[in-house]
Amino acid sequence: MSLLSEVPTVHALSVATSQLDSGDTAWLLAASALVLLMAPGLALFYGGLVRSKSVLNMMMMTFGALAAICILWVLVGYSLAFGDDVQSGLIGDPTQYAGLGNLMSADANGDSTVPLILFAVFQGLFCVITGALVSGAIADRARFGAWMVFVSVWTLVVYAPVAHWVFDFSSGDHTGGWLANRVGLVDFAGGTAVEICSGASALALALVIGPRIGFGKEPMRPHNLTLVMLGAGLLWFGWFGFNAGSALGANQTAAVVFTTTLLAGAAGSLGWLILERVRYGHATSLGAASGLVAGLVAITPSCGSLSPVGSIVMGFVAGVVCALAVGLKYRFGYDDSLDVVGVHLVGGLVGTFGIGLLATAAAPTGVDGLFYGGGVDQLGRQLLGGGVVLAYAFVLSGIIGFIIQKTMGFRIDEEHEVTGIDQILHAETAYDLHATSGARSETSGVLTQGGLGA
Amino acid sequence: MKLVTAVIKPHKWEDVREALETFGVTGMTVSEVSGYGRQKGHTEVYRGAEYDIALVPKIRIEIVVDDGDAEDVVGIVVKTAQTGRIGDGKVWISPVETVVRVRTGDRDAAAL
Repeated sequence: MSLLSEVPTVHALSVATSQLDSGDTAWLLAASALVLLMAPGLALFYGGLVRSKSVLNMMMMTFGALAAICILWVLVGYSLAFGDDVQSGLIGDPTQYAGLGNLMSADANGDSTVPLILFAVFQGLFCVITGALVSGAIADRARFGAWMVFVSVWTLVVYAPVAHWVFDFSSGDHTGGWLANRVGLVDFAGGTAVEICSGASALALALVIGPRIGFGKEPMRPHNLTLVMLGAGLLWFGWFGFNAGSALGANQTAAVVFTTTLLAGAAGSLGWLILERVRYGHATSLGAASGLVAGLVAITPSCGSLSPVGSIVMGFVAGVVCALAVGLKYRFGYDDSLDVVGVHLVGGLVGTFGIGLLATAAAPTGVDGLFYGGGVDQLGRQLLGGGVVLAYAFVLSGIIGFIIQKTMGFRIDEEHEVTGIDQILHAETAYDLHATSGARSETSGVLTQGGLGA
Repeated sequence: MKLVTAVIKPHKWEDVREALETFGVTGMTVSEVSGYGRQKGHTEVYRGAEYDIALVPKIRIEIVVDDGDAEDVVGIVVKTAQTGRIGDGKVWISPVETVVRVRTGDRDAAAL
């Protein structure tokens, strides 16, 4: 009796038909973990920016989004975004990959060099970051249960369709989304689907829920800038997974994208610092952290389209423009508490539209922008893609937020907001620094705040 | 007995404490407080938004002393806490009806 009859045939089949590349798979595994790291990084960044009485709620909104979105994405979100298109490039088939059960075997990978189940998880973590970003606009005043409902509905109704439009490329007999395939929108890692989408959603929510009590009058200083800087550093680290991971391979493209990502963060930081120094007189740590994030936001769609010098320009411009954009909320009177609009929406627009100007065919995406002789062709596609995602995310998020406000109520009581959302919603205090442990300052830090100047 | 209360600049605290101990003061209560007088606060900037921080950190010292020592203690504080610049603080004396040592129950002079 030959030993060959004992060899498991499933294993033999996988070896024969699978195109999995161990380098590509290893990198995408690591990149996915890096993208997940951006969630606690964002939680720290946002947490340090709010007052100490609300830091836990701010971090909870990220952690809650992480938990809810991971599950929803696997159950149905991935299928909606990357399933075979069922309607004019607008949405994928929600049943095709529901639960990801049919992606467990290597047979499902076709000629992909990475396991599709890993690709699905990688994409899901993008959704997590996008959703968590939105929470920055509603600091100190949103009920946690309402937030969880919002982010869950938003994942299925806003993010999944947008991801389908922007990220789902057609291949073989799989039909993908319209912006990627019919419009030719260039968006390597999500300047539209993540940055513009989160910023527009955040703006809608900020308008529906209304400003914090005391917005524009009372000072609301960041309570811990060391957390903000730590968070920004972790975001930058994770962003390499976000951008270079989107190359879906351990290859030249990933290396080029890694380079442009590094440069844009650095240039963004400098741009913001210089603008601050000139306009306000001081280069601040918050400016350094915010600027590097702004640069990274702008390079997110453009990381595969620019030369290294082009990415320096992109990052620098984003740093300067976003530093100016964060003042808009006072000018127009909307309380986008942590500047999701000023940094992510505006930065995403800079990056998305900037591709139309600065793209060079020498870069992986192979298109030329206006400054490289490509005319306004690509610019037009970028404007259309960015504009459509902005409008869709804004309107739909506004509707979802409005319905939640009217049914279960989104906002906490005025008195509770003044006392402090952590204590009211989570029955917790972040810092127990009082010498007589357990006691809590009744003044809630009022004495160390100041008056909001001109 | 008198209660001597002093609000002084934080960095003068060690000098004041040493001088008071040399004089013979055996105990005091010290707290970190905020306040302002002629010394105004400062301005901070966060993402382009300016905040006027009106209150300035100070140290408050409270000592219960015999009637006869009160003026001496005031003099010591004024001498050692002075920098000559705005914000040096203030010292004041208020009457104390009774003071009791918790460990023994001794009252008034015996409690100091």
